[in-house]
Amino acid sequence: MAGNLKLIKNPLSKENPITVQVLGICSSLAVTAQLKPAIVMSLSVIVVVALSNVVVSLLRNTIPQRIRIIVQLVIVSMMVILVDQILKAFVYEISKQLSVFVGLIITNCIVMGRLEAYAMSHKPYVSFLDGIGNGLGYSFILITMGFIRELFGSGTLLGYRIIPESLYEAGYANNGLMIMPPMALIIVGIIIWIHRSRNKDLCEK
Amino acid sequence: MQEIINIFVKSIFIDNMVFAFFLGMCSYLAVSKTVKTSMGLGLAVVFVLFITVPVNYLINKYVLTEGALVWLSKDFAEVDLSFLSFILFIAVIAAIVQLVEMFIEKVSPSLYSQLGIFLPLIAVNCAILGASLFMQERDYNNVGEVIAFASGSGIGWMLAIVGLAAIREKIRYSHVPAPLKGLGITFIITGLMAIAFMSFLGIKL
Repeated sequence: MAGNLKLIKNPLSKENPITVQVLGICSSLAVTAQLKPAIVMSLSVIVVVALSNVVVSLLRNTIPQRIRIIVQLVIVSMMVILVDQILKAFVYEISKQLSVFVGLIITNCIVMGRLEAYAMSHKPYVSFLDGIGNGLGYSFILITMGFIRELFGSGTLLGYRIIPESLYEAGYANNGLMIMPPMALIIVGIIIWIHRSRNKDLCEK
Repeated sequence: MQEIINIFVKSIFIDNMVFAFFLGMCSYLAVSKTVKTSMGLGLAVVFVLFITVPVNYLINKYVLTEGALVWLSKDFAEVDLSFLSFILFIAVIAAIVQLVEMFIEKVSPSLYSQLGIFLPLIAVNCAILGASLFMQERDYNNVGEVIAFASGSGIGWMLAIVGLAAIREKIRYSHVPAPLKGLGITFIITGLMAIAFMSFLGIKL
């Protein structure tokens, strides 16, 4: 039981997919200009990682070694198509906002990385937990970034105004750069900096 | 003609794959330690984009969009297969990468030994799938425009990775705080490069 708990807890900090394993940066940065798309994207990634981990783990003894990448890609794209259709049906606005980035979950290195590193050699239940854990680690960073960027970039959270009007009248202005792409990269850099100065053993030589 | 040049320039500088959309970040971060290897990967990406995006364009136009199958029979006028696009695009990319690899190995062993290790990596590079998905979303008019877009994005990606590799080679001699070393400083450099690229915004031929 303790081992299972570890599977979920470790990716949140010590083995975080974004800041430590450096997987899945591609799609994570573009969707974080606001909090809401960041949350939807996180949920989609958790679902895709967990489910494709289970399916691959069930099939792990029957997949031929040589063509495993293609088999994995097909399984993952099937899951992504399901998620994409569901998003289009229920939250069309956000699905438009996420545009190609839902499709790009297919080539998101987190999914492929976990399939290769974990699901191909473990039983379905632990693979499922591993998928959930890594999805949560990814979401944690994504939501933190969405929070910072929306709060300082537009003064709102989930579309509700947080910074009061009186502050704007006193001369406060939104930081327009926060919504621009470059700031996403710099914020990840700073998150990594903080994370590593708290866990000294993660520093690179 | 002017339209094509416009798309070409725009996709190199303004809609740069790395700085504006964060695509292909995983290999961008992992393989940018020396200029030489990053040059190899850059060339491979340009090459694969140049082939896969036009092929996917033709598939999208003649198979996937609504009513695209009319050339087969009049009965298919209402068939809309666009939900299959993810799975078909990724299959095309994986297959073409495999073919290109075998072809280069046969024709030019010296180029193969240069690109060799990078080619299989490219099948799961989000820049490649991303370019195909952007092509589908942006509705280009003809193959010429698509080729301009594909080669432009490839060259833009190469520009970014070679530039970053050159900076990283120099920064080895600088005094970077320990927790920021490696990954952290790379993100911040990329962010600053992206701010520099923002100055191209609004250029139009």
